[in-house]
Amino acid sequence: MNKQSNIYTIIYIVVLAVVVGAALAFAALSLKPLQVDNANADKMKQILASVHITPDKADVISDFNKYVTEQYIVNSQGERIEGNAFDVNVSEQSKRPVDQREMPVYVCTLSPNDVKYILPVYGAGLWGPIWGYISVNSDGSTIYGAYFAHQGETPGLGAEIEKPAFSNQFNNLHLFKEGRFLPIAVVKAGQAPLNGEDKVDAISGGTITSKGVASMIDNCLGGYTKFLQSLNNNQQ
Amino acid sequence: MATNNKNLSALINPLSKDNPVIVQILGICSCLAVTAKLEPAFVMGISVIAVLAFSNVIISLLRKTIPTNIRIIVQLVVVAGLVVIVDQLLKAYQYDVSKQLSVFIGLIITNCILMGRLEAFAMGNKPWPSFLDGIGNGIGYAIILIIVAFFRELLGSGTIWGLQVIPQSWYEHGYANNGLMILPPMALIVVACIIWVHRIYNKDLQE
Repeated sequence: MNKQSNIYTIIYIVVLAVVVGAALAFAALSLKPLQVDNANADKMKQILASVHITPDKADVISDFNKYVTEQYIVNSQGERIEGNAFDVNVSEQSKRPVDQREMPVYVCTLSPNDVKYILPVYGAGLWGPIWGYISVNSDGSTIYGAYFAHQGETPGLGAEIEKPAFSNQFNNLHLFKEGRFLPIAVVKAGQAPLNGEDKVDAISGGTITSKGVASMIDNCLGGYTKFLQSLNNNQQ
Repeated sequence: MATNNKNLSALINPLSKDNPVIVQILGICSCLAVTAKLEPAFVMGISVIAVLAFSNVIISLLRKTIPTNIRIIVQLVVVAGLVVIVDQLLKAYQYDVSKQLSVFIGLIITNCILMGRLEAFAMGNKPWPSFLDGIGNGIGYAIILIIVAFFRELLGSGTIWGLQVIPQSWYEHGYANNGLMILPPMALIVVACIIWVHRIYNKDLQE
């Protein structure tokens, strides 16, 4: 058989493509359940991190089930809507107009009288997506904790947003001033934001990532305004 | 006996005299990307060893059937297939590491060492020597990665394998981690230093 003929070449590459394709499909399908479990456990870990709970790898799922007592979806009016909060694609929702969004809320009960509301945020950094979870006290305004993560920000610069040194600055800041929603500003150390909102120090050398964090909080938490106000009213 | 020696040299040579990174200067790109910390560098090394060894064997088995005019495509398909499988395995069993390595696993496909070894060795040698050649070159690559990562993590973050080794008291006396070590350019400089030291001891490599 002539190995340099066109027929041989075409048959060869087709057979190769089919064999490799089958192998890949088999690997992807058989490993899928494990991968989904890992991704879910990782998400649970991130959600818990926003209320300062950092369980060991083995305890993530049991801790999540223990502390996160309720999950639901709200719309921009603060009304609950149907659906599974854990499966909501926050990336997709954050790009929609506010009044069409479905926004997940994770209710976290640390102790019977100590309830936190965890809200996911999603935005863009310098190189890729950044996201996080922000937990709010039951007054709907005071931030209890924050967790940020990123896909590929520059190590040592933008990637510092995932360090506690940055995220802990959000503790005890307020999202509402005199009943108005004012997102947290991320500004250069020493500067003060224009509207008197609460601020955190940005990361030196990570300007675009820092700005991304600020606009992510503005965009995503802005959608929860009505929901947070209703929490506040309930409490008073 | 002669073949044994040849096999042995296929395995041993790439470790020093014919090292893919510091002598052939291949695979530098991934060397910059994954060496800020030891753990991802180690996993990257293992992944490259596995992909290189198996793709060498597969190409060597197929070498007599591959039509010459599409041989590069065939090599790429085999490498890409293996890399995706490694990526899937990491996602299933080493999720944290796979998160850290993210796109770099995919970039093994474009690692010059792979194509280089497939073209230069596997296309003309039997499976067993090809396997040894793959292991040898993979280890040669991994060693350099680990040396670079060791220095970058130690000087850049003060840790080794995530464990703090620079005592807290040093920081209190004004010692600071070198942020530059974490950035990719320092990997080039560390690689250059390794090449420098290596050439001092291997005079025949000096130009």
